[in-house]
Amino acid sequence: MTAIYLAAAFGISGLLFFNRNRLFNYLLVIAFLALQTGFTVYEYLHINTTESGYFTADALGVLMLATLSIISIPAMYHSYVFISKEKENPAHRAIYFAATVVLLTAVSAAYLANHIAVTWIFVELTTLSASALIYHRRNSRTLEGTWKYVFVCAISITLVFIGILFLSFSLKTAGADDLSFAVLLKKVPELNLFWLRLAFVFIFTGFTAKLGLVPMYTAGIDAKDKAPSPAGALLSSILMNMGFVGIFRFYTVIANSPLHIWANHVIMIAAILSIFVATVYMTKVKNIKRMFAYSSIEHAGIVMLGIIAGGVGYYAAILHIIFHAFVKSSLFFQMGQIYRIYKTKSIYYVGDYFKYNLTGSIVVLLGFFCATAMPPSGLFISEFLIFRSLFEANYLPVLIIVMLLLTIIIWAFGKNIFKLLFSPAIDFKEDDIERIKPAESISQFILLGLVVYLGLNPPQEFVTLIHEAIKNLPK
Amino acid sequence: MTNVLLIIFTISLLYLGIAHRLLTYIKILALQGVLLFGIAFIDLIQIDAINLAFVLLETIIFKTIAIPFFLNYIIKRNKINRDAEPFLSNFISLIIITLIILSTFILSNAINDSRISKIYFVVALSTLFTGLYIILTRHKIITHVMGYLVIENGVFILSLAVGNEMPMLVNLGILLDVFVSVFILGIFVNRIGDVLKDGDVDQLKNLKD
Repeated sequence: MTAIYLAAAFGISGLLFFNRNRLFNYLLVIAFLALQTGFTVYEYLHINTTESGYFTADALGVLMLATLSIISIPAMYHSYVFISKEKENPAHRAIYFAATVVLLTAVSAAYLANHIAVTWIFVELTTLSASALIYHRRNSRTLEGTWKYVFVCAISITLVFIGILFLSFSLKTAGADDLSFAVLLKKVPELNLFWLRLAFVFIFTGFTAKLGLVPMYTAGIDAKDKAPSPAGALLSSILMNMGFVGIFRFYTVIANSPLHIWANHVIMIAAILSIFVATVYMTKVKNIKRMFAYSSIEHAGIVMLGIIAGGVGYYAAILHIIFHAFVKSSLFFQMGQIYRIYKTKSIYYVGDYFKYNLTGSIVVLLGFFCATAMPPSGLFISEFLIFRSLFEANYLPVLIIVMLLLTIIIWAFGKNIFKLLFSPAIDFKEDDIERIKPAESISQFILLGLVVYLGLNPPQEFVTLIHEAIKNLPK
Repeated sequence: MTNVLLIIFTISLLYLGIAHRLLTYIKILALQGVLLFGIAFIDLIQIDAINLAFVLLETIIFKTIAIPFFLNYIIKRNKINRDAEPFLSNFISLIIITLIILSTFILSNAINDSRISKIYFVVALSTLFTGLYIILTRHKIITHVMGYLVIENGVFILSLAVGNEMPMLVNLGILLDVFVSVFILGIFVNRIGDVLKDGDVDQLKNLKD
């Protein structure tokens, strides 16, 4: 089924690329969404079966795939709104939708890949398709963002490849199939620790470009800022999840080796630095979209802290990354409406959003509560569990530092959001502002509602899947 | 014989540190392509013919001829100034690259694995870090691309160390090489040159907080 899915999805993106007809374009996008949903349901029903040799729909893959499918539908809808507001340009529209379809397909395949080299190939593919989305507006600013993103991602993808080479050194007897995660997990006691250590450093550093952690987070910020809002939503939700999946699967191998404690220290340093960097920039950032992007860096750091704390932290980390994807994508969708009203992303020139777009401002307010992990947000539950696990694992100094930094982040986030919602806008002409239809905010309400619902009352099936995903990690 | 080629390769890195003109960089990249061709030929002679032909074609056609030619074309077309414009003086560059080579040498002492020869590890890692050093200390965007190509050469050497057991990894490395190089240079030719005339990194400082 994976092979059929890949062939069909790439076929659809090829048709989208060459097609110039508007109606046919949207029919193809709907066909892709149907394919994506059908594929997700199929993989859920056939969990833990290996297809085409290199794809296994394990619990983590299915969870992430479901998250992707849920986000992809509003993403396509908001892309449609975004494109229809622009001047009609069939070629740009064709590239935009073809790149989105390739991005979604490559990310799905990377979730399911059971072989580290296959994951790597699809990660490379996401760089190419994402750069087409970032460059959509075709001016010097987006060119700069695209160039930085491509260059940093090219270096980090090379680092991952070097890590894979070191990983193959660490195997005593190497063969083509030996780099699948299952085989690695089985062979952990035999691996050469010197090479494994180097492999971890390189693979972790490489994947931080996608997950958004120190040291490679920079490119992601510019990319999320310069890409159109629906594409930015994809970059800061499902693409970050892909980086997480890459790190998580390899971490599962490391965690069963004697390097577990050492790897925890490496991740801890990266995570704390990420939260620190996010705090520093959140307090001075003047661009709303970049502020959302820095908030993603903060959440990625919290997720990795959950992973190193262990115990209930594993469960909470996976819960957190899924909820974060829902919250952050709905905030980015909302950003598109804010930009259409004020024609700016700068915090100086926006304000009184309640007056101009009531439903949209309620979404922003709810999204703010969710993103800063205030109850009843699901992120509150997961963050609370992560803090508890840090406490239980005797990481008290870390916990104190992180809580202090988070307090500053909530203050900075709140200051900007309340400026947007309640203070009057400076030099703003109210004459010809665009009326946003309330119906455009429905998808954001659904996503945020899902976060609250899954946090307060997670279905048994969902909990079982998460426990299944973390079963190979040591207690 | 491979050892000799690998040592010449390392010397070319030192030369890269003191090179002044962009044309010298291009020549060094071409030379590195020829050296890689030799190393790959001696090393991988046992693997099957198609794989071998693929590897050799990539080193000789792509790395030695196509990329230098392409870089030359970009420099001419965009009328890029021939100076490499390093931030640090040549003397300091030389010292730093020597230190990089020395430290990978010391790191290689920690290897207790008879299967992988240390010289591959030393040369590959020093090439990698030299490439990163060039990216960090040069002023032009085109030198960043060249630094990236140097990193790719390092990755290629590293993949040759397991080339006989896992030809798949060598092929994947080549895939990366061709794909990303063409993509990056393609953006350069089509876009950067038209929008930013000088190709100076200072023009890439608009996105910040």
